[in-house]
Amino acid sequence: MTPALHLWLIPVLPLVGAAINGIVGKKFSRQAVAGVALLFSGAAFVLVLSVAFRFSSLVTPYTETLAAWIRAGAFQADFAFYLDQLSLVMLLVVTGVGLLIHIYSVGYMWEEGGFYRFFAYLNLFMFFMLTLVLANNYLLMFIGWEGVGLASYLLIGFWFTKDSAASAGKKAFIVNRIGDFGFLIALFLLIKHSGSLNFEQITQSVGPLSPETSGAGLLTVIGLLLMVGAAGKSAQIPLYVWLPDAMEGPTPVSALIHAATMVTAGVYMVSRSHVIFERAPIALMVVAIVGTLTTLFAATIAVTQTDIKKVLAYSTVSQLGYMFIACGVGAFSAAIFHLMTHAFFKGLLFLAAGSVIHAVSGEQDMRQMGGLRTKIPWTFWTMTVGTFAIAGIPPLAGFFSKDEILWRAYQTSWVYWAIGLFTAFLTSFYMFRLWFLTFFGEYRGGAESGHENSTQAHFAHDDTRAGAGAPAPHELGIHESPGVMVIPLVVLAVLSVTGGWIGVPGSLGGGNRFEKFLGPVFHSTASAFSRELPSTGETAPPKKGADGSESQTGRSTELALTGISVLAALIGFGLAWLLYYHDPQLPHQIASSLGGFYQAVVHKYYIDELYATLFVKPLIAGSALILWHGVDRDVIDAALDNSAHGANQVSDSIRHMQSGNLRSYAGWVAAGAAGVIAYMVWMGTR
Amino acid sequence: MVPISYYLILSGILFACGVTGFLIKRNIISIFMSIELMLNGVNLSFVAFAAQWHALSGQVFVFFVMVVAAAEAAVGLAIIISVYRTRETLNVDQVDLLKL
Repeated sequence: MTPALHLWLIPVLPLVGAAINGIVGKKFSRQAVAGVALLFSGAAFVLVLSVAFRFSSLVTPYTETLAAWIRAGAFQADFAFYLDQLSLVMLLVVTGVGLLIHIYSVGYMWEEGGFYRFFAYLNLFMFFMLTLVLANNYLLMFIGWEGVGLASYLLIGFWFTKDSAASAGKKAFIVNRIGDFGFLIALFLLIKHSGSLNFEQITQSVGPLSPETSGAGLLTVIGLLLMVGAAGKSAQIPLYVWLPDAMEGPTPVSALIHAATMVTAGVYMVSRSHVIFERAPIALMVVAIVGTLTTLFAATIAVTQTDIKKVLAYSTVSQLGYMFIACGVGAFSAAIFHLMTHAFFKGLLFLAAGSVIHAVSGEQDMRQMGGLRTKIPWTFWTMTVGTFAIAGIPPLAGFFSKDEILWRAYQTSWVYWAIGLFTAFLTSFYMFRLWFLTFFGEYRGGAESGHENSTQAHFAHDDTRAGAGAPAPHELGIHESPGVMVIPLVVLAVLSVTGGWIGVPGSLGGGNRFEKFLGPVFHSTASAFSRELPSTGETAPPKKGADGSESQTGRSTELALTGISVLAALIGFGLAWLLYYHDPQLPHQIASSLGGFYQAVVHKYYIDELYATLFVKPLIAGSALILWHGVDRDVIDAALDNSAHGANQVSDSIRHMQSGNLRSYAGWVAAGAAGVIAYMVWMGTR
Repeated sequence: MVPISYYLILSGILFACGVTGFLIKRNIISIFMSIELMLNGVNLSFVAFAAQWHALSGQVFVFFVMVVAAAEAAVGLAIIISVYRTRETLNVDQVDLLKL
């Protein structure tokens, strides 16, 4: 047997940190709070590193059972942790990026109220996220799943005195409930289907089955419901609406939870369930279609946003769409690869955006920025790296992972590829738009008076500064962030450059080591799958083996596609340069010439309004009229009120017997005695 | 020999008189005397049965009742005097401080 890895310590360490800071942190100094939070998240990271080194020598997945949890008949769910290549990658991303963001938060949140509360929540999030990643069954995963939702809610509403933040937290929580509903039903169906929620047992029971190519069987239904859960957590159509609003939270939270880790839980879950999805081609197709639509939809919205964090938020939704495309075409390792690189560069972009916001005293509207290039050089250079990485410029991380997804998408259907390519162009365009608007040209801030007249001021969250917890003003001096914030930026920038090199595809002379590393997770069942289905049809995703068996023509096609996607990124760069650097008046003319369509995009296609009309208002009306007035007031309350009223009436009528007149009591006694005697006499004479 | 039913009827009449007096009289001393009347009505039926069945227990009971009645009279009259001193009335309808 392999040596004990003590996996349980990994999630428990941040939990201890959360407990210490949450219970007694209020009395600590800021240094002590930061020390506790960093110590425990750092310890978790070190532990993950040591586990990673020791795990690399293991061949088989490692399971560690802590205690029995639920044992009901044949069904069994334990507190057990499961370590394979997939969870190891997730562990490294969560603890590594998490630690960097903890460090950054010390600087970013230093002047905020509730410092201890923030770090307690952040550590609590780490605990739940690590539980989610390490769980060996769906039920324990669900605990983590709900827990990260809770932490997300708490952190979005961190500045809870601000109304918009509080309602954004509620929105995230409620929208996630819808997804969780689907997830739960999927779990029930899985118990019905396999009698277990354990990943390995499900693999064993589902593995031998052949794909449900004709019609929708139970596995298809399970897959679709799992996708509903994933869409809720990972902000896909139709449940993406909470993520942009979640930007009300502090920026490090946006970076950690709403870009790097939590929102990728859906992708992780779908990848973890790949055995089910591979046998449910219809569900897999739905995953791909949802991903494709989301990636395009969110990218177009991102083009028109003016709030720096909202652009990044829609960009996150769009990039998550890419990951779902990859899952949908069966390229799970490509999805995880993009998940990892995305965690690096999107975490970097959010942190850098936070640094920009910090520098300009809480301003988030990009139209009030500009010319910051020389004033905050560290932020500028790291953000530049992030921007080039997400735009897919080689040889940065985003290029390799995005290209891998596009190539796999092309192998399944050129439609996915074409939309993905167009989105890559849009991604490049809106990211360079952000870059040019923020760092180039003249500084446009400082003119506070003209701010209200701006037509779109309502969409930019300029009330952020008015909030009780908004970053403290710095006397208008634009300044670089402290070192504690810059260091995580630099580390993430390095990772954004080099992170992709572990997955260089074969066509570019690399060995795609990342896919080989993840191979045992996805390949074990995939090989059985392809044996049973020799001719991979349209519905079944083609499974390219990790041995690089594609032919020379395939390789040249892949190279050509790579060239096209790089070209798309460069066109995006060029267009952004033209519109936002060379000729800043042009965007307004284009916007006015587009008219109604532009307005629709600026208003995010009126999706929030549509949902409000279709779901929220009828629900509130139904709750008020039927549930509140009808059921609660007229049935439940009425039953209680009427019974009390009835008791009152009865007492009122018999109260008169108790007159307080002694002789009347004596009379009642005499009458009673007479009655008893009469009864006895009557009984005796009968 | 006088049949027992005569005694019992007299006893019932005495008891009924006591009850009626208790219910309709307002003077506290009259009520007190009505109670004594009820007790003695019962005593009469005790001794009547004792004579009928030639058993002594009925007569013993009567002695007990008389002892209790004497004690009760002592306590009761003390209460009546105390009430009269504080309230200067013997009308029970006016002794109603405990009434709500």
